[in-house]
Amino acid sequence: MPDLLLAVRNVRAGYGEAVVLDDVSFEVPSGESLAVLGRNGVGKSTLVLTIMGFTTLIRGSLVWRGEEITHLAPHRRPRRGLGWVAQEREIFASLSVEENLTVASRPGRWDLAAVFELFPRLAERRHARGHHLSGGEQQMLAIARALMTNPDLLLLDEPLEGLAPIIVEELTAAIRRMTGEQGSTLILVEQHADIALGLTEHVIVLERGKIVHRGRSRDTLREPVLLDRYLGLTLSDSPPASGP
Amino acid sequence: MATVSLEAVGGAHGYLRAQTRWRRSEIAFWLATLLPFLLFPAYLQLASQIAITALFAVSLDLILGYAGIVSLGHAAFFGLGAYTAGLFSKFGWGEPLSGLILASALAGVVGYAASFVIAHFRHLALIMITLGMGLLLQEAANSASELTGGVDGLQGVRMRPLFELFPFDLWGRTAYTYSLAALFLTFLVARRLTHSPFGLSLRGIRENAVRMPALGAPSRTRVRQVYTIAAAMAGMAGALLAQTTLTVSLEVLSFQRSADVLVILILGGAGRLYGGVLGAIIYMVARDQFSGINPQYWYFWIGLLLIAVVLFLPNGILAGLDRAAARFRRRSP
Repeated sequence: MPDLLLAVRNVRAGYGEAVVLDDVSFEVPSGESLAVLGRNGVGKSTLVLTIMGFTTLIRGSLVWRGEEITHLAPHRRPRRGLGWVAQEREIFASLSVEENLTVASRPGRWDLAAVFELFPRLAERRHARGHHLSGGEQQMLAIARALMTNPDLLLLDEPLEGLAPIIVEELTAAIRRMTGEQGSTLILVEQHADIALGLTEHVIVLERGKIVHRGRSRDTLREPVLLDRYLGLTLSDSPPASGP
Repeated sequence: MATVSLEAVGGAHGYLRAQTRWRRSEIAFWLATLLPFLLFPAYLQLASQIAITALFAVSLDLILGYAGIVSLGHAAFFGLGAYTAGLFSKFGWGEPLSGLILASALAGVVGYAASFVIAHFRHLALIMITLGMGLLLQEAANSASELTGGVDGLQGVRMRPLFELFPFDLWGRTAYTYSLAALFLTFLVARRLTHSPFGLSLRGIRENAVRMPALGAPSRTRVRQVYTIAAAMAGMAGALLAQTTLTVSLEVLSFQRSADVLVILILGGAGRLYGGVLGAIIYMVARDQFSGINPQYWYFWIGLLLIAVVLFLPNGILAGLDRAAARFRRRSP
């Protein structure tokens, strides 16, 4: 059985007095991938922010490799092995691609050469400043920058949002390589449920801050009623992506 | 489509190492700083003041240009260093090097204490806080007139010869050598810092202080560290001024001095280290020349110069020179 990386236990969290997540529990073993799905505003991004330590955690605990990290400062979490790509990308606009990557660099298998191999487009634009990149390139840079921290677990918050289909394909292929060949552990928050289910092994579905479904991604793809009810997704509208 | 050989890609530390390599233009610049000894021996006092102002501007560049900490009260540390060195000398400790180190250290300690407040704020709030700190210190120095001399300035500053060998002469030979050496050594430290992972993280903080912790960098700790270093450097600049001019007036703590160094940095180009040095040279020489033409209204020309630079070279003179050099390289076969 693979090592347990992250355990989220009975988490109730939000922003100040406002509670967004309630009694959320799940586990992420090493080398596995988890999709977090749900409609807009159900608490998907809040869940990621809570794992990274940027929300008010009212109750519950976060356990990382058997060690409680519930109250660990946000900047110490990447040092333990948690990597995060924010929904807003938030690359450093005036820094070059190379500088954006170097600023995050920590020892490990992901270095400049490795991320440039994963995203050849970034290698071509290594001297370009962040604000000169297209939306797709910025998203690649955001993912590559998170990889440069050499995370044991990578949290991707809606990495495909607002991107052209060709870029979505390119990023999907990169994520598939990360989870497949590289064996990276991943939590993928995504609006594109069909793509996310095709990229991951497990899934949880959130509704009003609570987990309303959990299971294997492959099996969930075969539950049209559930997909329609919680995600508003009719699979005939979009072809399913191939599994990991 | 262009391709990039992955073998040519160094590691992250390789990238930073490449940045620390000395360029020929840098070596030429530092060699040129020796020219006043040969070409302008009558202007060595001015050259000394330029070196001191450049050091002060580099210290502001570390916090403003790199970490994005806006300050309108940076003269507080400059003045603290000046008064510390002046008072040390007045009360019998006229050895310049130890006075310089002590003044710099004291400014650093005060900067460290202030950094706990500074690290919690950004933008407009920072301007108000730093401005307030500067005004507080100036009024404190004014009211402690028995110690500081108040508006009359600190009297009785006497310096022993540098290394007990080189007295501070009227022509400014020792003063310029001393100030230039201090500037160069401090610049080396600042250069090393800005080309290190620490320096790169400061630039990340300037861009997005809230998100840097997500990459493992504690933004507030980094801000406290760089603010302390910058305060120590500003204190060193102030101490150099006191030691080389043998006077300390309330002006060293004034808002005008804080504003001047900001203007210098904007003129030269913030976030480049050399921008502060270039800005200091241009500003001080222009001030010397303009005040010679018209002693009353010379700020008019400084104002005009500032507007022209902001309009035509929005990122400072150094950025403009960089762009011109890049254009020239592209046109060259």
